[in-house]
Amino acid sequence: MRPWLTGRFGNPSGAHQVARAARAAVDDSRDRLAAVVGVDPGGIIFTSGGTEADNLAVLGAIAARPGPVVVTAVEHPAVMEAAVASGQEVRVAPVDVNGLLDLDCLGRLLDRHVTLVSVQLANHETGVIQQLDQIARRVRKHAPEALFHTDAVQAAAWMDLRAATASADLVSVSGHKLGGPQGIGALAGRGRPMLRAILHGGGQERELRSGTQNVAGIVGLAAAAEAAQAGRAADSIRTRILRDQLAADIRGSAPGCVETASSVARLPGHIHLRFSGIESEALLVLLDDAGVCASAGAACASGAMEPSPVLLAMGVDKTDALSSLRLTLGPTTTPGEVAFAARVVPASVQRLRAA
Amino acid sequence: MRVLVAMSGGVDSSVAAALLVSGGHDVVGATMKLWGGPSDTGCCSVADVDDARRVAQQLGIAHHVFNFSEEFERHVVGPYVTDHAAWRTPNPCIECNRHLKFDRLLDRADQLGFDAVATGHHARVTREAGGEWTLRRGADPAKDQSYVLYMLGQAQLARVLLPVGELTKSEVRKRASALGLRTAAKPDSQDVCFISRRGGRQAFLGDRIPMRQARVVDMTGAELGELPALELVTVGQRRGLGSLGPVDENAPGAGRRYVVAVDGPSATVTVGPPAAMMVSEIAVVQAAWVAVCPARGERLTLQMSAHGQPVGAWWSDGVVRVEEPVRRVAPGQSVVLYRDDAVVGGAVVR
Repeated sequence: MRPWLTGRFGNPSGAHQVARAARAAVDDSRDRLAAVVGVDPGGIIFTSGGTEADNLAVLGAIAARPGPVVVTAVEHPAVMEAAVASGQEVRVAPVDVNGLLDLDCLGRLLDRHVTLVSVQLANHETGVIQQLDQIARRVRKHAPEALFHTDAVQAAAWMDLRAATASADLVSVSGHKLGGPQGIGALAGRGRPMLRAILHGGGQERELRSGTQNVAGIVGLAAAAEAAQAGRAADSIRTRILRDQLAADIRGSAPGCVETASSVARLPGHIHLRFSGIESEALLVLLDDAGVCASAGAACASGAMEPSPVLLAMGVDKTDALSSLRLTLGPTTTPGEVAFAARVVPASVQRLRAA
Repeated sequence: MRVLVAMSGGVDSSVAAALLVSGGHDVVGATMKLWGGPSDTGCCSVADVDDARRVAQQLGIAHHVFNFSEEFERHVVGPYVTDHAAWRTPNPCIECNRHLKFDRLLDRADQLGFDAVATGHHARVTREAGGEWTLRRGADPAKDQSYVLYMLGQAQLARVLLPVGELTKSEVRKRASALGLRTAAKPDSQDVCFISRRGGRQAFLGDRIPMRQARVVDMTGAELGELPALELVTVGQRRGLGSLGPVDENAPGAGRRYVVAVDGPSATVTVGPPAAMMVSEIAVVQAAWVAVCPARGERLTLQMSAHGQPVGAWWSDGVVRVEEPVRRVAPGQSVVLYRDDAVVGGAVVR
């Protein structure tokens, strides 16, 4: 990334040699990301991140063809809020207690008027993976005109995105969730998706996303996507073993602990736990103090904790939703760190129970 | 000491945190998110949380946001609305101190292993030779906030620090600007934090409870006119009565007319001249004592509003007798008894 922020800091749309070098870097990165994602290079639209990619999918599809939008109840706010803001009818497909989309319920929400169906590949809080191929078949059958979008931001580091683009017309990814930089993302489309721009200006990114490209970010995103793909098989196995060990250790030593959606397919790095009678706001302070960086779900603009809409959609009550803890492991997480967390989390829970 | 400092994003709590840090304490900042609706300032807005966080960053301390909005709704906003619907005028800041700052936050601090909670209130906590805790007026008479803290008992005072109580407001601001704190020149918060300045109390309550038309009578029972919203009328109120026409020229204190009584069930507001406003005893409920209930014969002083002029008074089982007649205090408001500069306790006017 560094050359593109220093000596070769050119605008890819320019007509001189520095610009051409930048343009080449963007084109090259587009090819590399397209190969990872499994689309033609022309189907990659670089954005400022996952949120913009989701917004472009939802609002861009609606701008091209107004109509009802179908989303799951556990979508990331970048999809849900964009759908709500669109002013179109938003049909929300319910999920079961594990957070999995109910295919029959989905089928009933689909018809030929639907313009976009958006189903996340994996959930941002629980890591639960949706069965995209089955969902895609339903969409093709009941809403053949609809674009099928998947927010793969959370899943991209762990799952083969070629499978996602085989099912979905549009796939959102984000740099920092792949181990790359923040502030860069992409919407990958098969063929030439029927979208209209939501940002207007100089017509970059095939007129679908105006604005000078973030060259260093684009280079970083492509490199991160390739690295994630290369390490995926080994990283997934290793991380899953550590994750399962950590979850088992915490459940074993913290009474009243429930692991969310432990019986269904999840991303290898996610653990979502609920501790009855504990306020996650307090738990996070103790964990932070001890040096464990964790989160608990949704936060509002001020940073205050809110009950997670994902858990509420899964039928968890409000108090339980506010007693949750999300731990995520990455490819760089070490067994030592996991052992540390396995000691600190139950000890912190016990301390809060004793107080 | 490990201290959790409640940081509202104002200058007082900023300086409180700074004083504790420079005193060598292990300090963590916390901002309570109390209100989710629209408001201008004061413990509730994102801009205030930003200020608190930026000050914490500058002081090099951790900062957390605690979402207590459910408790705030239950203990402060809900009762504020139902009290008005019952023709009472509560003091929400006192209820917030009682239930949020010095109950919920104190519990949270205990749970997290803090030795004390600090706030930016202008009052002082001292310990007597016998080990008893005393709550005293702040060093700045113009900014003293001991009145809104009267509910603090021994158990709370043992765990509460009020670092700016020793300073005047101008000293607090001087400290803040010397440290380069961004809140140094921030104006003091004024009104009720969950009510926006634009719509005011009327719009806030109007959205939540039905407003009934009130019949207005004078002291003799003679009808004078009507007021649009009984629920917005407060005993002691003088403004907003102009629509009733001119006052009786011959009445004592002509030209000034106050709400003397509000009778909810009959939707009647009684107005009268200043003399009719004066009372020599006040019936109260929910008495809370810093240490023990005062002896009947002991002459204390009584303060009837945040910065009211204290008057001589005696406590006698649910009634406060005052040395010389005072203006009526609206039901729901708090009155606070002092012994010299020390808070003895307080109660809510019945």
